[in-house]
Amino acid sequence: MNAISLQDVSISYGSQTVVEGVTFDVSEGGSFALVGESGSGKSTVLKAIAGLAPQWTGKISVLGEPRGHRPDREFARQCQMVFQDPYGSLHPRKTVDSVLTEALTIHRLPDRDRRVTEALSDVGLDPRFRFRFPHQLSGGQRQRVAIARALMLEPRVMLLDEPTSALDVSVQAEILNLLKRLRREHGLTYLMVTHNLPVVSFMCDRMAVMQKGRIVEITDATTLHSGDFADPYSRQLYAASGGA
Amino acid sequence: MSAPLLSIEDLRVSFPTPKGRIEVVKGVTFDLGRERLGIVGESGSGKSMTGRAILRLIRPPGVVTASRMQFDGMDLMALSEADMRALRGARISMIMQDPKFSLNPVMTVGRQIGEALRAHERLPRAAIRARVIEMLNAVRINDPERVAKMYPHEVSGGMGQRVMIAMMLIPKPSLLIADEPTSALDVSVQAQVLDLIDDLVRETGMGLLLISHDLNLVARYCDRILVMNAGEVVESCAARDLHAASHPYTKGLLAAVPQMHETRDVLPVLDRSAWGGTGT
Amino acid sequence: MISRDWLLDTSPTSRLQANAGRAYIAAGQLLRNPLAVIGGIIILLLILTAAFAPWIAPESPVGQNLQNRLLPPSASHWMGTDELGRDIFSRVIYGSRITLMIVALVAVISAPLGLIIGAVSGYFGGWIDRIIMGVTDVFLSMPKLILALAFVAALGPGIENAIIAIAITAWPAYARIARAETMTFCNSEFIAATRLLGASHMRVITRHVLPLCVSSMIVRVTLDMAGIILTAAGLGFLGLGAQPPLPEWGAMISRGRTFILDQWWVATMPGFAIILVSLGFCFLGDGLRDVLDPKQSGKS
Repeated sequence: MNAISLQDVSISYGSQTVVEGVTFDVSEGGSFALVGESGSGKSTVLKAIAGLAPQWTGKISVLGEPRGHRPDREFARQCQMVFQDPYGSLHPRKTVDSVLTEALTIHRLPDRDRRVTEALSDVGLDPRFRFRFPHQLSGGQRQRVAIARALMLEPRVMLLDEPTSALDVSVQAEILNLLKRLRREHGLTYLMVTHNLPVVSFMCDRMAVMQKGRIVEITDATTLHSGDFADPYSRQLYAASGGA
Repeated sequence: MSAPLLSIEDLRVSFPTPKGRIEVVKGVTFDLGRERLGIVGESGSGKSMTGRAILRLIRPPGVVTASRMQFDGMDLMALSEADMRALRGARISMIMQDPKFSLNPVMTVGRQIGEALRAHERLPRAAIRARVIEMLNAVRINDPERVAKMYPHEVSGGMGQRVMIAMMLIPKPSLLIADEPTSALDVSVQAQVLDLIDDLVRETGMGLLLISHDLNLVARYCDRILVMNAGEVVESCAARDLHAASHPYTKGLLAAVPQMHETRDVLPVLDRSAWGGTGT
Repeated sequence: MISRDWLLDTSPTSRLQANAGRAYIAAGQLLRNPLAVIGGIIILLLILTAAFAPWIAPESPVGQNLQNRLLPPSASHWMGTDELGRDIFSRVIYGSRITLMIVALVAVISAPLGLIIGAVSGYFGGWIDRIIMGVTDVFLSMPKLILALAFVAALGPGIENAIIAIAITAWPAYARIARAETMTFCNSEFIAATRLLGASHMRVITRHVLPLCVSSMIVRVTLDMAGIILTAAGLGFLGLGAQPPLPEWGAMISRGRTFILDQWWVATMPGFAIILVSLGFCFLGDGLRDVLDPKQSGKS
């Protein structure tokens, strides 16, 4: 079964169509990358799957269930999202603890204390960070909290929207390692949006290149080793990213 | 190399916090001739503060001290604020990260570039116009006449940054400080903008101080590199020798970057205790 | 257990400690602002005066003594007496209760009302926003006092109706602020992330949006207190607020108007009280703004 399946999906904001006729599948347990430059519509695809960009046509299904146009409670248990900006994705007046318990309260899950402690250790955060406010954390630590929040409901699919582009390289390495380990340990499926091709090479097994709202090429991530892209735009992007 | 264009010795920048003064730049020393020098570091390394301190752009309560800060024979610490204003832009220019915040949204691009020139030179209108068009040509804008009449929101990110460069270079400065000039841009545009800066630096023979978090980028566009960590310069080497860097921080930083031909299963993570760094 | 170190600990061990620590830091900042401290002291004095009025006031606020009509300030009557021989000092003391009640009730009614209406309007946007903001614009387009006058005229004079009228005229301004605040962060990622956890709109608004609006609301309400007092006094002055013999400051000024040339103290003493309390709220509001709303400080 495919974890994520999109068929001929077009997405628009108001009267402007930003994504047109996108079709791809992500197999369960796979790690799929959507790459492209700003304005290519790659983040919009994630938002449509999550229900944050409701104006779309076509078919989207996650773990075999067709997706509605809004976020809903059942979907929340299956699929979560990590955002790009670690400074904007945490509520400025809430402690790490209340950020993490929020999901448990909404879904009335028991054992809150144990689950929060586990989630923190899962993402490699010391228990003493539990009652800190976001402004007392570094960018990398915030992103760990955001990942822990996404894991609280034990989803099987994770949508990652440029999860490391706002971080320093050394911190990026830590977060990428963390994401890779979590995928292995929890059997997660990743759909990741990024503009950084080397990150794709490290994290993903398949990738789709997007340009101006369309997918121009879908290929194995190993293509990055050779640079054997079929589409001229993919080759151009590859060259600009420092690929030989 | 004759007398350096810019000579900095023991530069320190500190800010007060409730727990006392904290130094964000802790005694940085370097000379810059008519060459391309790169400062690399992660956020909080003090690299941007170093760039700003040179232009005396650190506002109170920040405090800047240096045992020497000379530009072309002038003591930057001793200059009056008025002299400093005349120097900024005319002799030393700075390109900031995001063109969106650096351009005046209600003034056409052409007029803003003209203003930058008028602030430092008295020229008749027609001469200013000619220089503006010439400059827009130099930053490879295809249709300078049309672009000069546009407002900042009408130009793309890459073109906005080129307009910024045109504005900064039109008074013909001898030193250009570029603080993360391309990190707000797409990869394909990044290379174009940096190539452009590179060509202009070579043509005019000015000095370039390129501040960035991207080691590879700096290695490609600079002659010499300073690596900063926690306010100190930990490594200083020629750009081509970067991959033979000796300091564990530099090595760690290089290794932590994912490669296009990535085969490693886990990326090596900086062990900050290795050199007594202040990791958090 | 509550020591300075415990409050300033960067790694709190409980939710309580984290919140207490933040409150401690904010209080420290407030205490370093001299105007805020003066404002705070004035407001504290107002509250204490209201609470202990029977013990502070030397005489009854309504007890008439026609032999002592219109006496100037003296040792026995610190602020003099009015046209019915009542001790003005005692009336001003008791008047603080009425003032405090008006201010508190208006704040309790209009601030939450404005907050919720504004947050709903800003969060949902679209036609809901257009309708709600249309209504608030109608309210905002009329001068507060005139609008309050109209309501009191319709409801009938009296202190309760004056409070209701002022509350009705006060909420639209708060709704505007709450809406503007909400719109700045309703598209932010932390709201989107909370929605993705399956939280309902209701929960997002009450648990995540409103707490962010509260601090600017507190500041605004404190700054508006002076205006509320003046409006209440204005209604009292026009005879539409508190009715005699209630010692409301505005009504006292109104009655003293007749004697203003020969017996200045009758109108002036309650006037001083109004000025002092209004100033207190303004100072405190300015100080609070500096602490709670750093992006606003420096602007006026």
